[in-house]
Amino acid sequence: MRHETIEKNINLMMVLIIVAVSIGGIVEIVPLMFSSDATEPAEGIEPYSPLRLAGRDVYVREGCYNCHSQQIRPFRSETERYGPYSVAGEFVYDRPFQFGSKRTGPDLARVGGRYSDDWHRLHLIDPRVLVPESNMPGYPWLEERIVDPELLTAKLKTLKLLGDPYTDEQIAGAAAAVEGKTEMDALIAYLQGLGINRSNRR
Amino acid sequence: MPAFWSWFIAGGTILFIIWCVWLVSWSAKQGPVQKTDSDLVGHRWDGDLEEWNNPTPRWWLYLYFLTIIFTIAYVIAFPGLGAFDGVLGWSQEGQYEREMADAAARYEPIYANFAEMEFEALAAHPDANALGASLYASYCTTCHGSDARGARGYPNLTDDDWIWGNSEQQLYASIFNGRTAVMPPVPAAFANGEAELRNLTRYVRSLSGLVEADDAAEAKAPVFATYCATCHGADGTGNPLLGGPNLTDDVWLYGGSEEDVYTSLAEGRNGIMPAHGQLLGENRTKILAAYVYSLSAGR
Repeated sequence: MRHETIEKNINLMMVLIIVAVSIGGIVEIVPLMFSSDATEPAEGIEPYSPLRLAGRDVYVREGCYNCHSQQIRPFRSETERYGPYSVAGEFVYDRPFQFGSKRTGPDLARVGGRYSDDWHRLHLIDPRVLVPESNMPGYPWLEERIVDPELLTAKLKTLKLLGDPYTDEQIAGAAAAVEGKTEMDALIAYLQGLGINRSNRR
Repeated sequence: MPAFWSWFIAGGTILFIIWCVWLVSWSAKQGPVQKTDSDLVGHRWDGDLEEWNNPTPRWWLYLYFLTIIFTIAYVIAFPGLGAFDGVLGWSQEGQYEREMADAAARYEPIYANFAEMEFEALAAHPDANALGASLYASYCTTCHGSDARGARGYPNLTDDDWIWGNSEQQLYASIFNGRTAVMPPVPAAFANGEAELRNLTRYVRSLSGLVEADDAAEAKAPVFATYCATCHGADGTGNPLLGGPNLTDDVWLYGGSEEDVYTSLAEGRNGIMPAHGQLLGENRTKILAAYVYSLSAGR
């Protein structure tokens, strides 16, 4: 076979490119699907409670991941500021995970408990009330929007179908758990639970 | 990692390297054996400039082989072949632990030296204050502000008004363990309706001279004595042990307007200072406490 055979036959070239690229994926990605480090929850990691799940979806919808990462890398400069570095088992219930790729704001992987609920509420409505130099936008409408209990129940059922270990009681009680809660309540609950499975050093 | 997948990764990687060696060697031999017109690729520029179907230039070819040699050296030295750790024994965790140990050996003695100093001396020490200022910038500014003057609901640290006290022990405890303020809503039985709660509001505001107490407000003095005095003191000057703010000065954490005070009474207030002990450790907490103490105008 001469190289013109490939170079002058676009279909053959396409197939060979796919084969070449797939080898990398098969060797790097497929083994992770069978590695307990990446598939088993880390100690203290539970499926999201109904309210936190609703908050997570608000987080995704509002695009928080555009400015906030949720992945602390194993460098002193990161762990000094944010807490212990992230491990794969902490993200097993994230669909999709919220690693993010850019930090305009700080990393949020362990923001849980760092501030009070009231702080988050004021800060999400208008960040400059608390941090005058902040360039984060305000999200005042979250106070006015109510979490949809039926939609949330459907989400829990779907996640159970996908393998998240929700019990039938949790799904049955989901609607009651978010009754009358605003999206602000949900988002704060989500944030306050981030990373608290592992205590900080020192 | 299960043994099968370890071998799968190692095998896949090695086969891929071998394949690369074959591919580069094979393509090096491509090209015309005896150049005839059929080996021209058919591109023609400027009338007579034509392109032969030649193999890759040698220098380029050798760069390919160099990258392959680098790869082989890399997977021998570093973890890359499944569960094989590499002969250098490098790991991400190991590198992180070394980085932390180096920093601890370098910085912890500095913190420890300062932490042994007397609190007052520490608060006056310029180097300790420089350390304290950087700790403050990392951990405190989001609530108390970069100028330490606080915000509504988040105390000003530069004045001489201390809700939880400013002794060494009190400041240390506030930072290390955090604080949870519990101002309950005034129960209906005490307030006796909105109009009565308005009277109590006026009484509270009269303590600091914001309004002149009328008879209706003055009549709420017993309610204050029964209900509010436990935390705020019989004379309203507060109690740092319980975190009850002084109501007789002009510092109002949640605002001193009629509406603000009314809301505080009707709905209660639950300010939280999160615990920072786990983040800071003992020595840094003491240095930070001394820095905060140095900010106070009352010193």
